[in-house]
Amino acid sequence: MAQTRSSQEKDIYRPEPATLAKVQPVTEMESFFELRLDSGKELGHMPGQFVEVSVAGIGEAPFGVSSSPTRQGSFHLLLRRVGNVSSALHRLKAGDKVGIRGPFGKPFPVDDAMKGQDILFISGGIGLVPVRSVIQYVFDHRRDYGAVTILFGTKSPADRLFVDETDEWKRQPDTVYLESVDRADASWKGNVGVITTLMPKITIDPVRTVAVICGPPIMYKFVLMELNKMGVPSERSYVSLERHMKCGVGKCGHCQINGLYACQDGPVFRYSDLIPVREAFR
Amino acid sequence: MGVVTVDLKMLNVWVEGLIRGGRVFGVQAKNNRFQFAPLLMAANLRLDYDVTVIPPKKYMQPAREDLLTFEGAAGFETCLDQEPFILIGVHPYDVAAIAQMDAVFSGDNVDVHYMTRRKQATVVACDVQAASANVFAGCMGTATVDKGFDILLTRVGDHYVVDSRTHKGEVILGNLVKAPKADAVSLARREQVWEDNRKYLRKHELRMAPETLPTLLEASCDHPVWEEKSQRCFSCGSCNMVCPTCYCFDVRDDVRWDLKGGARVRDWDGCMLRDFATVAGGHNFRKNRADRYRHRYYRKGKYMPAKIGHISCVGCGRCISACVTKIANPVEVYNRLLEVR
Repeated sequence: MAQTRSSQEKDIYRPEPATLAKVQPVTEMESFFELRLDSGKELGHMPGQFVEVSVAGIGEAPFGVSSSPTRQGSFHLLLRRVGNVSSALHRLKAGDKVGIRGPFGKPFPVDDAMKGQDILFISGGIGLVPVRSVIQYVFDHRRDYGAVTILFGTKSPADRLFVDETDEWKRQPDTVYLESVDRADASWKGNVGVITTLMPKITIDPVRTVAVICGPPIMYKFVLMELNKMGVPSERSYVSLERHMKCGVGKCGHCQINGLYACQDGPVFRYSDLIPVREAFR
Repeated sequence: MGVVTVDLKMLNVWVEGLIRGGRVFGVQAKNNRFQFAPLLMAANLRLDYDVTVIPPKKYMQPAREDLLTFEGAAGFETCLDQEPFILIGVHPYDVAAIAQMDAVFSGDNVDVHYMTRRKQATVVACDVQAASANVFAGCMGTATVDKGFDILLTRVGDHYVVDSRTHKGEVILGNLVKAPKADAVSLARREQVWEDNRKYLRKHELRMAPETLPTLLEASCDHPVWEEKSQRCFSCGSCNMVCPTCYCFDVRDDVRWDLKGGARVRDWDGCMLRDFATVAGGHNFRKNRADRYRHRYYRKGKYMPAKIGHISCVGCGRCISACVTKIANPVEVYNRLLEVR
């Protein structure tokens, strides 16, 4: 069949060029990436949205944006080396080119349901990656929100992310930052145990608090149960769910959660909307 | 836009003319079954077919297509297939399916790859002359259609009624414009064909109105049928591949031999395949066969209606024929939901 090229019509699958400004290993499995669109434009995302990153010849994969739109000039990703694309990105260096589509999906409701409220952030492992975007956004509009509590859990002390930045979070006004590891090493003096072991240690006003949750699939069930015990209404809990959002535009079918598309209806969902959705937490 | 009658010889001459004029795909015999394929001579056209193995969606969304090309690290360029083509012999249920796919690919985010091909397509539909073994279009309201095609052919006795409904149809009519106008007798006989097809294209009888399916499914998540049927599912995806309303796809990069460039390729994918919902790292969000099996029927009967306003099953019966273990009959599944557990 004759293939002709056209740049006349907008192609939802065509990435725009971007350049890696910085690539920095963070843990054994994870690296930090700073990117700039070659157009010079801002990404234009909101906290919780994701982008599709292309490495030509390898493929394309969805990743949550880790920086806040309030920090302009570039945007951040933090990737675990587990898939074809994330592994290929780990082989790249500053100055290398990638393709970007997006931003896609529903963000956390930073400008509506969260405004004026106390915010409780709960993240496990690389679940902190998209949540960091929200945390930065909240700190950059500090007077728009009440008390901030951040809980972060990882498998081991070496798996902790954004260590310098989390030290700064501890020093923010009206902010509590607690972390836990599943398995301690000789240097660790903090809490040991899954993230829910941190929850009895905090004091929150459950009806003034909005919870922002992101972590591995297994984490949600236990965290949501604990929040329920603490009296946080399901209407005030927001989760970001992982799925293979292959196309990002509601076509390919891979990210469907029952009738919902993670790429369009999510990846951020209000927990109360997911209670009747049986494929949501598994 | 007139309705004319033509005899078989004249129809043949017309089709020969279309073939000389451009790309034509038509229904032809292959071994003891039928397929849509490039039509090289009018004599090969088999408008008396029962059903094709693969639906004509393959001309709008090919099983494999280049979405983009790339050179070096970035520089992705869009590939579009802009050559006009004619599809001859599309049955009404497939016309209905194409209309649903149009809604999917033109809705919110326009898919320029699909839509470019779709705009280049002239659809010559043909009323069913021979019922396939498993057709149930009569139950789904798709045994006949009154829109979604450019020309409709209906065989009445030893001639065809040719009904052109669009500008595209007029363009390819050519000499048929001068054919005799269909008389009252021919139109009445066509009416009879439609009535018969609505009545007889029911090899399986759905015991409910299709519009009630979303409500029925709403209450059927835990019905034992999902577990029962899926125990014999090989997760082969055949039901997906032959379905005229399955459009899920995979995208991957195909690197050229010199490793300097290549193409981003889109392939058909299927929700019944084991790793359809698997993410990097290996977590499979739909790892049980029963969950995948249920997902397919929910998608057809509940999720797609919510998205495009139609039940995404047109009653072609291809899935029933394609399934090795005979578990893919939607009518059986949906009827079973009516039974008390």
